[in-house]
Amino acid sequence: MKDPCAHCEEMMQPYMDHFLTDEEMAQAEAHLAECEYCRKRYRFEESLRIYVRQAASEQMPAELRQKLAALRIPLE
Amino acid sequence: MALAGTVAHMEADAEEAQRLATEARDRVRFEEDALALSDQVYRVARHLAREDADELMQETYARAFRSWRSFQPGTNMRAWLLRILTNLNIDRGRRQQRAPQMQPLEANDYFLYDRLSESGDGVSDEDRVVERLSQDDIVTALSAVPHDFRDVIVLVDLGDFSYADAAQILDIPVGTVMSRLHRGRRILKRELAESALEEAT
Repeated sequence: MKDPCAHCEEMMQPYMDHFLTDEEMAQAEAHLAECEYCRKRYRFEESLRIYVRQAASEQMPAELRQKLAALRIPLE
Repeated sequence: MALAGTVAHMEADAEEAQRLATEARDRVRFEEDALALSDQVYRVARHLAREDADELMQETYARAFRSWRSFQPGTNMRAWLLRILTNLNIDRGRRQQRAPQMQPLEANDYFLYDRLSESGDGVSDEDRVVERLSQDDIVTALSAVPHDFRDVIVLVDLGDFSYADAAQILDIPVGTVMSRLHRGRRILKRELAESALEEAT
């Protein structure tokens, strides 16, 4: 049988994406409830996704905003 | 007879005027909606097209405003705009040619956490470990991910697009979006681990 933590690692991305079947979900939840090792790594993955999204997010320059607005087609 | 003809003519004119007024109103509304989305479109475009993002945004909006009639109301306008942007990016050959099939190295999913928590000062609090990565680390690591993989990460994880929307924007099957996303995130984690460890040494 496969090491349960290795199996849990495999389930992590589909778990976060809500892409597991009910049965797989229950399996993952059961393992996470009793395994701190995996729980920590799942928590980390969650923070990482939020962190990456924030860090990679750039404001549009105001100048570009004006240029885009100027591209509108004037009413006749 | 002549009078009836004139009345019919006037009615037709009024209908035409009405049609034009409705169309003008729809167009202005479309333009406003598209501009309201520009921040969100830019955030994704910045990573899809990088230094060409500003120029591509302008080309995209110019095209969108010209061909607004081909947008189907009620569908996802943000996806529609990004689809235009992606096509323009490819058309202009800005997209670098596909690199020879080099398989990028992936990490396992626990890899980054393990590396970060062991390299630190013993702090393994999973909420704080992530703070060892700087914004620069993340931007650098993301740009080091080969673009086929990066594009799906950018659309799904940063842009919040569904797999189906991402598939449509990139013109690839949904299954491909899923597998690239899965591998892409692992490649990203590997890159992040490398840049974080470089700093540590």
